[in-house]
Amino acid sequence: MSIRIGTNSFEQRIQEGIKNDFMRGAVSSAQGRFRSGRLKAAEELGNWEDWRTLGEEIRNHTMENLDYYLQQLSDQVSKRGGNVFFAETAEEANEYIQNVIKNKNGKKVVKSKSMVTEEIGLNKALEEAGSEVVETDLGEWILQLDEDPPSHIVTPALHKNKEQIRETFAAKKGYDKTDKPEELALFAREQLRKDFLSADIGITGCNFAVAESGAVTLVTNEGNARLVTSLPDTQISVMGMERLVPTWEDLEVLVSLLTRSAVGQKLTSYVTSLTGTRLEDEVDGPEEFHLVIVDNGRSKILGTEFQSALHCIRCAACINACPVYRHVGGHSYGSIYPGPIGAVLTPLLDGYEDHKELPYASTLCAACTEACPVKIPLHEHLIRHRQIIVEKENKAPKGEKLAMKGFAKWGSSPAAYKMSTKMARTALKPWTKDEKIENGPGPMKGWTNVRDFPAPSKQSFRSWYKTRKKGDES
Amino acid sequence: MTIQNRESFLDNLAENLGRSRRTEGVERPEWSVRPQWEVFKGATQDELVDVLEKQCKVIHTDFRKTSAAGLDKVLRETIDHYEGKAIIAADDERNSEYQLDSLYQQLDAKGLEVRIWDAVKGKENQVFAERADVGITFSDVTLAESGTVTLFNNKGNGRSISLLPKTYIAIIPKSSIVPRITQAAKHIHEANQQGHEVSSCVSFITGPSNSADIEMNLIVGVHGPIKVTYIVVEDK
Repeated sequence: MSIRIGTNSFEQRIQEGIKNDFMRGAVSSAQGRFRSGRLKAAEELGNWEDWRTLGEEIRNHTMENLDYYLQQLSDQVSKRGGNVFFAETAEEANEYIQNVIKNKNGKKVVKSKSMVTEEIGLNKALEEAGSEVVETDLGEWILQLDEDPPSHIVTPALHKNKEQIRETFAAKKGYDKTDKPEELALFAREQLRKDFLSADIGITGCNFAVAESGAVTLVTNEGNARLVTSLPDTQISVMGMERLVPTWEDLEVLVSLLTRSAVGQKLTSYVTSLTGTRLEDEVDGPEEFHLVIVDNGRSKILGTEFQSALHCIRCAACINACPVYRHVGGHSYGSIYPGPIGAVLTPLLDGYEDHKELPYASTLCAACTEACPVKIPLHEHLIRHRQIIVEKENKAPKGEKLAMKGFAKWGSSPAAYKMSTKMARTALKPWTKDEKIENGPGPMKGWTNVRDFPAPSKQSFRSWYKTRKKGDES
Repeated sequence: MTIQNRESFLDNLAENLGRSRRTEGVERPEWSVRPQWEVFKGATQDELVDVLEKQCKVIHTDFRKTSAAGLDKVLRETIDHYEGKAIIAADDERNSEYQLDSLYQQLDAKGLEVRIWDAVKGKENQVFAERADVGITFSDVTLAESGTVTLFNNKGNGRSISLLPKTYIAIIPKSSIVPRITQAAKHIHEANQQGHEVSSCVSFITGPSNSADIEMNLIVGVHGPIKVTYIVVEDK
């Protein structure tokens, strides 16, 4: 897998998403819970805006001095017995990791959840090289058994219900109990414990590295990342190059923002900061440690008007606030990074060509920008993307091109405009029922398939304006 | 240890940032706001204990409070409650300070299997921890706001103790309680600046493991401990 998921067109993906009633129900209830959790957590602090300002300042300073802090980080990791590999491309990162595993004669890899390893397609690369790779986050494990891509960056299996999960466990692992979530989770605990104990390689992502001391911090709830980093003798952590903070003092601020914004928790069950290899006489932890720092298109964003997109701390608050995500679901974006941040980042990392619709998958309501704990102006980035797509890339979606052409013609002729507003009500009469259009013709079909459209008013705005008396409010 | 591809990688970043490489002289600015220091500012130790107790309800963690003399009894009760037969505890100087050494010997004599983490025995510790029903450690720094125990894992306090057994008991000296993670982070930051090596693993642990990966239902107990008790003890 890489940043792209599936081969269907944007429209096909949207149609599938909209027709999937369970997914839409799950997404909207999840959004509700995530959102109220985030708002409650923010309210408890009282001065949430100050926290956001602080988060923004830290991210800004870090990005402006990224070369300095990455140098410091790599020096510190090396001092503590770790190896550091800077990978400009996904291929370089995958090849390095393949070689580490080969040199250790590693057979079994246990992984904790990591978006960047999804992005670079690490699992596929490792399997091709003959390794057995086990995802150990509950949601990721479910998806791996089902060969399904993630649909949310915090709860990746959000689109699946417990009955589907029971069936997957039964078909792939011989599970014979009920679809009670507790029983399913206990089964996963028992199954995966065997994998943890027999794995020789542990692979993690990295929420935040700390430049001043070389620590890699993992923010989790299930405990699988602790197992991945405590039991195998070799640990490889993969980080997007922007995922670091200068000091521990900055770390705690961003972790606080992340856990509150992602799940409404003051802190998640486990925040684990790991530095280098295990020390002398320590039993737990790796004897060999590798940190792989990945660019994969990020550096192209530095120094551009989109630089703040690199401030993202992957909390998904924007995804949970987005009305478009609510209706179409994560898979519709065709990217492992869905929602508003996905619509901003995906074209930057993977080009406009295959993702030109994404900046249009937004109502520009700015709920995302308001939710972002580090104040990324997401909706402004989306508008800028649209400008670039239309002006420079000349890649506006076909529908929009046609509509704009038609509108230009229609809007530039007062007679045509007047005529059509007058005629609209009569023309749409065959489809109108109780002042609503439930099954509209032609271009309206896309809209009325999923919701009603109000019938045009009896009186046009222009004629109302003309006939109203001065001071008449009706 | 090796660092590969660094120079070309970082040169490229500097170039995109439109300037030459920065290899020294970068100072963190004074941030314009410091909201993290306002949380429970000026709270007394007793008030922080109350905050911690309240937060324990949120994080599905049992809370007990005791004098140093009463610790023996509360710890026995908790182990009984968890039906503990095999117990692993950290090798910590506070074990003798709070007379837990003798408690562990008595429990062992009563037929329970009690092991103190022993670095010399290597992986045997993990094997035992994996089949133990109870893990016991002291908290090094305790965060009232979030209900978090902080462990600076080391050769006597293996990461497995608070991770592999089905239940976990954290003993919290009252003096270890601070308002929030801010104070713990400052402590680590300053120690690092003074040249002290940061522990290879700093574990911030907030109650039992959990997941909301199945239909957003909260499941308490996944890969880490399923049940957790905090015991706050008056300092000796």
